Amino acid sequence: MLTPKDENDLAQMIRGAASPLVVQGGGTRGMQVAGTGLTTAGLTGITLYEPGALTIVARAGTPVAEVEATLATGNQRLAFEPMDHRPLLGTAGTPTIGGVVAANVSGPRRIAVGAARDFMLGLRYVDGQGTIVKNGGRVMKNVTGYDLVRLLTGSHGTLGVITEVSLKVLPCPETEATLVLPGQDIAAAIQAMSAALGSPFEVTGAAHVAAGGRTLLRLEGFGDSVAYRMGRLRDLLRADDAVLQGDESTAEWAALRDVTAFAAAPGDVWRVSVKPSDAPGIVARMGDGVQVQLDWGGGMIWALAPAGTDLRARIGAFSGHATLVRADAATRAALPVFQPEAAAVAALSAGLRAQFDPRGILNPGLMAA
Amino acid sequence: MEMPAPNPVVLARKARVVARLLDVLPKNAVIHDDAETRAYECDALTAYRCPPMIVVLPTSTAEVSDILRICHSEGVPVVPRGSGTSLAGGALPTADCVILGVARMNDVLEVDYDNRIIRVQTGRTNLSVSGAVAEEDFFYAPDPSSQLACAIAGNIAMNSGGAHCLKYGVTTNNLMGVTMVLMDGTVVEMGGAHLDAGGLDLLGVICGSEGQLGVVTEATLRILRKPEGARPILMGYDSNEVAGEVVSVIIKAGVLPVAIEFMDRPCIEACEAFAKAGYPMCEALLIVEVEGSPAEIDHQLGLIKEIAARHNPVELREAQDADEAGRIWLGRKSAFGAMGQINDYMCLDGTIPVSSLPYVLRRIGEMSKEFGLDVANVFHAGDGNMHPLILFDANKPGDLERCEAFGAEILKLCVEAGGCLTGEHGVGIEKRDLMVHQFTAEDLEAQMAVKDVFDPAWLLNPAKVFPLTVSAPRRAVAMAAE
Ligand SMILES: Cc1cc2nc3c(=O)[nH]c(=O)nc-3n(C[C@H](O)[C@H](O)[C@H](O)COP(=O)(O)OP(=O)(O)OC[C@H]3O[C@@H](n4cnc5c(N)ncnc54)[C@H](O)[C@@H]3O)c2cc1C
Repeated sequence: MLTPKDENDLAQMIRGAASPLVVQGGGTRGMQVAGTGLTTAGLTGITLYEPGALTIVARAGTPVAEVEATLATGNQRLAFEPMDHRPLLGTAGTPTIGGVVAANVSGPRRIAVGAARDFMLGLRYVDGQGTIVKNGGRVMKNVTGYDLVRLLTGSHGTLGVITEVSLKVLPCPETEATLVLPGQDIAAAIQAMSAALGSPFEVTGAAHVAAGGRTLLRLEGFGDSVAYRMGRLRDLLRADDAVLQGDESTAEWAALRDVTAFAAAPGDVWRVSVKPSDAPGIVARMGDGVQVQLDWGGGMIWALAPAGTDLRARIGAFSGHATLVRADAATRAALPVFQPEAAAVAALSAGLRAQFDPRGILNPGLMAA
Repeated sequence: MEMPAPNPVVLARKARVVARLLDVLPKNAVIHDDAETRAYECDALTAYRCPPMIVVLPTSTAEVSDILRICHSEGVPVVPRGSGTSLAGGALPTADCVILGVARMNDVLEVDYDNRIIRVQTGRTNLSVSGAVAEEDFFYAPDPSSQLACAIAGNIAMNSGGAHCLKYGVTTNNLMGVTMVLMDGTVVEMGGAHLDAGGLDLLGVICGSEGQLGVVTEATLRILRKPEGARPILMGYDSNEVAGEVVSVIIKAGVLPVAIEFMDRPCIEACEAFAKAGYPMCEALLIVEVEGSPAEIDHQLGLIKEIAARHNPVELREAQDADEAGRIWLGRKSAFGAMGQINDYMCLDGTIPVSSLPYVLRRIGEMSKEFGLDVANVFHAGDGNMHPLILFDANKPGDLERCEAFGAEILKLCVEAGGCLTGEHGVGIEKRDLMVHQFTAEDLEAQMAVKDVFDPAWLLNPAKVFPLTVSAPRRAVAMAAE
């Protein structure tokens, strides 16, 4: 395993590499491409935290836990709520902030505040030739030149190795509460979630779990305000159902975020991003033996399918994309991890890869053949 | 500001290009008469003008594809145009270019409240997108001050921001999908009603690419339900330092206002003389607006008032009703008009870390004396996006040049303070040659490599964003190919 100690060291290693590198942070997502391992775990440290400017800058290998602990001292947080993949994937290791960014990992609050990519202010990376590049910066508004920040975010280490990220952060709310609607089928859940998200009551989580048909709607903020909005939301949905307060609500959303319901169950796990109103039809097409959990108001379907199921083939044509998150080696060999792209888009993506990594040594084949 | 010399080979082809365009477009969509092309000679950076060779005004994605295919095969540069309100010269033509204006493409294609999206043709103006969903109390969040005129096309190209972006983000945070035509005529779909990219975030790169990667013809935008209410509070202080400190303390207290606007003394004086909003005469004025339910507003304003009072304000005024709220915003909203009455002005757009606000304002004050030109500052304080307005007299020989030199020094100061050249207006031609102060040669090379993929012949808006000397080798290849 190559463990560069700083950015220059990393640049040197990439320049010197003669064969493919498997780029990872803490290795918690267990990527399966062949090559020499390269970890950013040695590039650590928070280089700037300015609570008054809602900004934090950290080297890529900094553990997410360290970032979160530092933010907690200012009563702030990573609002996009990145999931911890370890329970679901059964992996060990320490999730790093660079890994979160490289995979654009966002949790339930994505529906209200945006994804990891929306909180990215700037980054530094080393491309496939060993060249050090920066883009964006540490300020909230910046349109200077092309936005390579968003291009690199979610590029899964295929365009460059991210060495430092700067992020916008948000204040922690005073409290939270969750309205639980039991006994709903998917169609009813989508309807309730759409009504809630289309209300002015600032819903920051809208999920549905098949077990018990529970639909969950989260509100956050100052105590008085949450109480008032919860009242209005219940009126809107004509719901006199239970409300989870504070810690109980927090625990529920942590489990939803990490999809722990599928952790112990055997089978493949898929993440399918869809137009929320399409979700009932798509879930129906997934067919028998597939369990689902919905997030993002129905726009994100987590599916647990029997090993080796080609879920994309079952769904057929749809607007969105399906990613294979967990599978055994045989399934991975048969099915691409990422949704195959339309020809014109695939050509652009391939062109970009050829520019950023002309030798094709950074996680080759991970995002496209 | 230098522009590349027009390509004589392209100019010589004008008649043929016009004829080919008329094969695919109705007569009234192709403008080639010199008297008429003049209407497109500049955008809102009016100091620079150049009539284009031809102007085309298509009405569909298919027509845009035909136009680009023809221009590609004839080697003609294309400059996309929305409403022409760019303050950076982004839509400035060259004499050998085709201006591709999307102003006639302004249909609403789909409104979907359940999925909270609207799909529009990109020539539609920003405000009329919100207008199309107002009946259900929804809105499109990014609200540039130019929203009555500017088009979604230009908003996407510049990744435009607005007064409320501290809470709602800028265009890139509200854009879900586009239909875009590449220079060779290929139509590409990216994103849609679902969230996030399945592969590389190409949508993220398109947004803010200043019309250099493709012509965006349709867009899927996120719409939001309007908050229950909003209320501003105004506070005046004796020093910029204290006002800057108040902003920082408010944010640290866990309050997230939708807007925090800052005005300095020259700006307050000009606005007061113009709009008579009843502003206090002081060094620094803050307008802070919060949104939400009545309970939320009361609670947040309570915290803000308490912080404001601790810092010895010369004035603290909370709006009690819509009328008072209007008066608090009146001066700020007329800032540009007020300046325009006094003088010609140049509006800058650098961003700085909020913590360096006092230092940067002090340096701007010193430089103002050195250059002998007055400056007024309006400022989105929550996000550090400054708008220094340099006052000059366009009729006085040498004043514009002095103003530009002063502006360049201010932008370099922003970069030096840890910020950037432009927070929302874009680079265009205006900040093109300053890019080397923010980026290394490698940084710029990485950006240009993206254009190489989308537009290998460098025909789309080629003389913008990158310093001419830096982009010269790539543009020279395009010229030689003709
Ligand atoms: C009084 C005033 C106030 C302003 N306030 C703000 C503000 O608050 N916030 C802010 O961000 N900006 C502001 N601006 C700047 C300007 O309004 C924005 O940059 C706006 O987004 C430009 O839109 P437009 O349609 O006028 O674009 P244009 O000026 O026509 O073009 C701008 C750029 O977009 C490209 N482009 C146009 N159409 C397309 C297309 N279909 N495909 C690809 N590229 C295209 C052009 O080539 C050009 O590079 C202001 C301007 C004025 C005059």
